[in-house]
Amino acid sequence: MCEKSTSMLEVKELSIQFGGLRAVDGLNMRVKKGQLYGLIGPNGAGKTTVFNMLTGVYKPTSGGIFLDGANITGKSPVEINKSGIARTFQNIRLFKAMSVLDNVKVGMQNRTKYTTIEGILRLPRYFKEEKQMNEKAVELLKVFDLDGEKDALSANLPYGKQRKLEIARALATNPKLLLLDEPAAGMNPNETAELMDTIRFVREKFDMTILLIEHDMKLVAGICEELTVLNFGQELAQGETSAVLNDPKVITAYLGD
Amino acid sequence: MRKQTKNNLITFAGTAVLFFTFAALSQAGVLNNMITGLLVPIGIYVILAISLNLTVGVLGELSLGHAGFMCVGAYVSGTVSLVIQNSPNLNVPDWLRFTVAIILGGVMAAVFGVLIGIPVLRLRGDYLAIVTLGFGEIMKSLANNIYLVMDNNGLHFGFTQAPELAENSEGANELLRGPIGMAAPQDTNIWIVTVVLLICLAILMMFIDSKSGRACMAVRDNYIAAQSVGINVTKFRLMAFTISAAIAGVAGALYSHSISLLAAKKFDYNLSILILVFVVLGGLGSLRGSIIATIILYALPEIFREVGNYRMLIYAIVLIGMMIFNNAPFFVQLRERIGASAPVQKFKGIFKKKNAGGAE
Repeated sequence: MCEKSTSMLEVKELSIQFGGLRAVDGLNMRVKKGQLYGLIGPNGAGKTTVFNMLTGVYKPTSGGIFLDGANITGKSPVEINKSGIARTFQNIRLFKAMSVLDNVKVGMQNRTKYTTIEGILRLPRYFKEEKQMNEKAVELLKVFDLDGEKDALSANLPYGKQRKLEIARALATNPKLLLLDEPAAGMNPNETAELMDTIRFVREKFDMTILLIEHDMKLVAGICEELTVLNFGQELAQGETSAVLNDPKVITAYLGD
Repeated sequence: MRKQTKNNLITFAGTAVLFFTFAALSQAGVLNNMITGLLVPIGIYVILAISLNLTVGVLGELSLGHAGFMCVGAYVSGTVSLVIQNSPNLNVPDWLRFTVAIILGGVMAAVFGVLIGIPVLRLRGDYLAIVTLGFGEIMKSLANNIYLVMDNNGLHFGFTQAPELAENSEGANELLRGPIGMAAPQDTNIWIVTVVLLICLAILMMFIDSKSGRACMAVRDNYIAAQSVGINVTKFRLMAFTISAAIAGVAGALYSHSISLLAAKKFDYNLSILILVFVVLGGLGSLRGSIIATIILYALPEIFREVGNYRMLIYAIVLIGMMIFNNAPFFVQLRERIGASAPVQKFKGIFKKKNAGGAE
């Protein structure tokens, strides 16, 4: 009982079928509150598909997803975000033609209450809430050391900063669970090291539960507490990071026989 | 002050000064007939261009039937005006009748915007372009075939031919006459157009610079990411599209009250494309660009009317020139270099002040 109440995300027998292909097959996973959890596996194992099911982009064929005890299986991406899951993307998806600050403000959208009419008529609530939003957004950007570039177009940021901005935008929605899809993809070792610090910092500062997909084993071994390894849509191993990474089955899956 | 607020203020003030100055000049009789005659249509086309910019530039959806919404606004408002005018029992002052007509024209266009938007804006892809293309043509054909006669017994509708009236009907008045069109009272003048234009411009600026406008731009830039941060994509698309349609309806209302005989064939595909050209050449998402492009591109062919057939050639060259100037890498770099140099910065300051004060 006690254990159950501390789990942030529970995935039960999650499966999805695309035509004849069972991309994810009977996945079980439990992420505890405040945990840094890793989802790894060779290319095409179905990791991003799992993320897409968790965030409502795909509807699972069967199985259940529970966030903080609430069933969110099959809900729309918008509903799922409102109930507390935010994500980043493998191929960065920023609002490119908008400023860095506006990217974060879009994330805060659902926390503001002024209506469109109030916005058009510029009633007092517009000014009050926009001001609060600006302050909060700048505060959040400061955490990621992006406040100096707040007026720049997000497309003009260097790669590493774009990744950070995506995390900041996800955090702006005030989530309970943060999903990071290959945050270190395309980064050099220095940037990866910096990213590890950022992720740790986010967890401490925002008291966040984080689930991440990653190929960079250094990053995985460095920050994840528990891992699930997927191979061909099925769970290959699960448990503490060091134990899983030394599991002969996992090594075989990655390196071949 | 924020950069966007400042930009908006400059655009708004510039437009206000420009249009009010020309309105005053035409009132004073300084301008020749041709330019005076151009002012009202230019104002109306500017309204159309900025409203289409909301759909195409801010929302990122292609609409090829903006003339359809204009047609709805024109016919609804014109009919309202004619009915009120021809009702002996209604004693409504002209300004009130015109205001009601404009508002109803906008509202009906908005209703059509919602009707089209609800099914189509749920989909991703180019469906909106296809559907609006059809919508524009349907509205044109509908307006082209509608007959409305008013007599002592009330209103009589007819499609493709005038309705047969009862023998005892008296004082029959043909309000809508199919392909011949309608003759709404000519209430529109440059002052009214200027005021309506400024109201529409303000609404669009306020909308774009609020959380709703940001949501639309987020959807335009990345649909999936917008959903992932909890933006109800369909809602904001519908909202922006409806506002865009409503403002086009208002422009249609001004238009139908500005000419002596309005025929439906005016609202064809070419008109929709013409407005789209203004928007694209002015720069997607830039209200100021739409205003400037509309003024230049609408006025040019009229001003060059004297050179006869060559005017369309000049028009085409200007179009190509503007396109190259806007987008060719060489010019983009050149503009940036020139823009950054010190003397130009100084000149820009002077020019801006002049523009705000002198408006030429």
